[in-house]
Amino acid sequence: MGQQAACAGRAICMAAESSMTATALPQRFRVPSTRVSYEFEAAYDEMFKAPGVPREHYEALHKTLLGLPPEELRKRQQAADLTFLHEGITFTVYGSKEGMEKIFPNDLVPRIIPSGEWTKIEKGLTQRLTALNLFLRDIYHEGRILSEGIVPRELVYSCRHFRREMRGLNVPRDIYVSICGTDLVRLPDGSFAVLEDNLRVPSGVSYMLANRKVLKRVFPTMFRDYGVWPVDHYPQALLATLRSLAPENCNYRQDPTTILLTPGVSNSAYFEHTFLAQQMGIELVEGRDLLVHDNIVYMRTTAGLRRVDVIYRRVDDDFLDPLCFRPDTILGVPGLFNAYRAGNVTLANAIGTGVADDKAVYAYVPEIVKFYLSEEAILPNVPTYLMSNDSQRSYTLENLEKLVVKAVGESGGYGMLIGPQSTAQQREEFRARILAEPRNYIAQPTLALSRAPCVIDGGVESRHIDLRPYILMGEKVTLVPGGLTRVALRKGSLVVNSSQGGGSKDTWVLREGNGEDRVAKIPAIGGRREG
Amino acid sequence: MLSRVADSLYWMSRYLERAEHTARLVDVELQLWLDQSPDTGAGRWRFLLEGLHAPGAQGPVDAARLMNTLVFSRSNASSIVSCIATARENLRHVREQCSSEMWEQLNRLYLEVMETKPEEAWMLKSHGFFRAVQEGAHLFQGITDATMSHGEGWQYIQLGRYVERTDTLASLMGAHFRRTAPPVDQAVESAEYLEWVALLRSCMAFEAYCKAQTAEIRPLRVAEFLILNPEFPHSVRFSVDRINAALHVIGDLTERRAKSPTRIAGRLRAQLSFSQIEEIVAEGAHAYLENVRSECGAIHSAIHEIYFDYPIETELAS
Repeated sequence: MGQQAACAGRAICMAAESSMTATALPQRFRVPSTRVSYEFEAAYDEMFKAPGVPREHYEALHKTLLGLPPEELRKRQQAADLTFLHEGITFTVYGSKEGMEKIFPNDLVPRIIPSGEWTKIEKGLTQRLTALNLFLRDIYHEGRILSEGIVPRELVYSCRHFRREMRGLNVPRDIYVSICGTDLVRLPDGSFAVLEDNLRVPSGVSYMLANRKVLKRVFPTMFRDYGVWPVDHYPQALLATLRSLAPENCNYRQDPTTILLTPGVSNSAYFEHTFLAQQMGIELVEGRDLLVHDNIVYMRTTAGLRRVDVIYRRVDDDFLDPLCFRPDTILGVPGLFNAYRAGNVTLANAIGTGVADDKAVYAYVPEIVKFYLSEEAILPNVPTYLMSNDSQRSYTLENLEKLVVKAVGESGGYGMLIGPQSTAQQREEFRARILAEPRNYIAQPTLALSRAPCVIDGGVESRHIDLRPYILMGEKVTLVPGGLTRVALRKGSLVVNSSQGGGSKDTWVLREGNGEDRVAKIPAIGGRREG
Repeated sequence: MLSRVADSLYWMSRYLERAEHTARLVDVELQLWLDQSPDTGAGRWRFLLEGLHAPGAQGPVDAARLMNTLVFSRSNASSIVSCIATARENLRHVREQCSSEMWEQLNRLYLEVMETKPEEAWMLKSHGFFRAVQEGAHLFQGITDATMSHGEGWQYIQLGRYVERTDTLASLMGAHFRRTAPPVDQAVESAEYLEWVALLRSCMAFEAYCKAQTAEIRPLRVAEFLILNPEFPHSVRFSVDRINAALHVIGDLTERRAKSPTRIAGRLRAQLSFSQIEEIVAEGAHAYLENVRSECGAIHSAIHEIYFDYPIETELAS
């Protein structure tokens, strides 16, 4: 037993060593190719402040891990994996027939965020989403920010996700984005920066809740002792947000019929759709369950047709209504947009929000914050080079092997070039693409994402991570403390997306004073009569 | 409740009932097989296929191949594996409607049968496999009753189960009566005895029959027990009673003029309540059971038309 514990201890120390400077770094933690100038050792380590010395808020976790023999760690990881498989907490991998459903890899070691850091994140994200909602309202109405030249007009109008159809249309409470998942990264100096806003149909929140459930089972005592903010009230807060956005002319403003619209069982996030619908106690609906008559949306129930007021849609703009957007869609509902335009139904998020999470518009978000709120952005952006700008483009083309190039309208880790890990052929390919469509690409420096300890083959090693907190905006703003910490499980990889070999881990936001008050602060839901 | 959801719950339940039924039948058959000469054995297999409306009832009988058709074949939509996979697929489409415990159990059952290789389930371990399927289905039923609200969705699950059960029971017994002599009200022996016991076991009814009628196997009483007994869960009468109960609750919950399904089910129930086994046998038990099946089919169609796939025009007009 003692010997095994020592083994586990060594594994952790090795992980710690990788946070040391390049000179002290053992060979195996070096980047395999000398061509690569990017330095992993520059990354911030979440657990260690110095080799073998854990940060204060990681001390208890560090001790627990040291006390666990590798066999026990492996056993607990297997038990957790089995829970995920049996509960069917899976995502779908497109393009593979057998074993279409995969479990989303879960890592047992929680990521811990002290309350002070969280407070700043909370403020920063609230500010950012408030500004982005004002921005969306503005560009679909007067366009003040465009006339004043803060954001170039052609940048907005040339965005693939800009919807002319939304011009002059008013949405309830002027909230376009009510459900947002923003990707944050921690820079080498320990500060957080925004990597990406996801303002269309952000996913992953169900894994946040599932991770928590599993972690509570695996490390019950440690969880209790740490004083962690609960996240379990997310579905209730989401429902309250959706209901607060019911249409003005809804007959049942106090109790609107709210549904979740899913593309169906073959969608990669289908598990999440069912999970959220179940947790909120609302109907999970597919396009074929709905119909529009006289600009009113109905769903087909066993008791006849029932009017629908609020739709939490997990279907992309393009597929919502064949009469208005893509005519070949079978996921949508013919006539839905007209019903929306007539103000008879709310869609959350609104149509056309993708223009604000376009990766080229992203570069302007600090300006956008300043323009509408007269404040400096609390959470900074990552430096971004626009390919439509001549000097920034030529800098990028000269330094492709150092930069990350992204297609502006893509998400999920698709359409990306990671310079330091790319081949000459890939770089040439991207060079050609950038020159062909400069508006479609941006470049960013390769970031040394922070690293956190993960269970790998019964030992503990460090992997790169990011953080996606979820923000809800309706009658009020709700941030569930924590979010989804995504892990690039492949050694040295910087891509955390589930489709690209990523996993996730539970995120613990600590209460102030380490948990004096253990009673959950659960927001009340106004006017809720039944489930 | 969404029509699509009701439809999925209903079919999920039907498929699971069918899987359980087939597992039970094949299990009984495999045990009986050991007691029989090869010729009788082949006849039994053919009868089994007929009772299950499975393909391959003609031609020479190869027990291993048949087993494969009935149990593992994915091209046979009624094989045990296909049924469980379809039941799971239906439930997967409406996961948010059931309790997570239900989903976990059905998913576990699915993973278990998918992992079983045909050669493993053959002979030595076969009993264990078929038991696992039956118990898996029973556990699912128990979990459903214990963890899901007995609201509208639960009623569709009941409806699916008992529509399927009525149909499979009538089909199994119909095939049985067609190949045996008209049932008599006296004890039978040897070969004939085995056949009737097999029928009882195929309906999980042997012990229940013995409690009601003693271990003396009188074919007429067996027929009466399986068709008309109001208390035994695998009798035709019991199943039709459950269909009626579920339809009444659903009718109340949806406030719909559910005239046609309740009418047909009520008529069938009245028939079973007031029939005597002697009359049924005199008029031909096989024909009687065929009539039960066709009524059951009519109930199914009526449910479909009223709740699952009604014409929108009439709805909007009303």
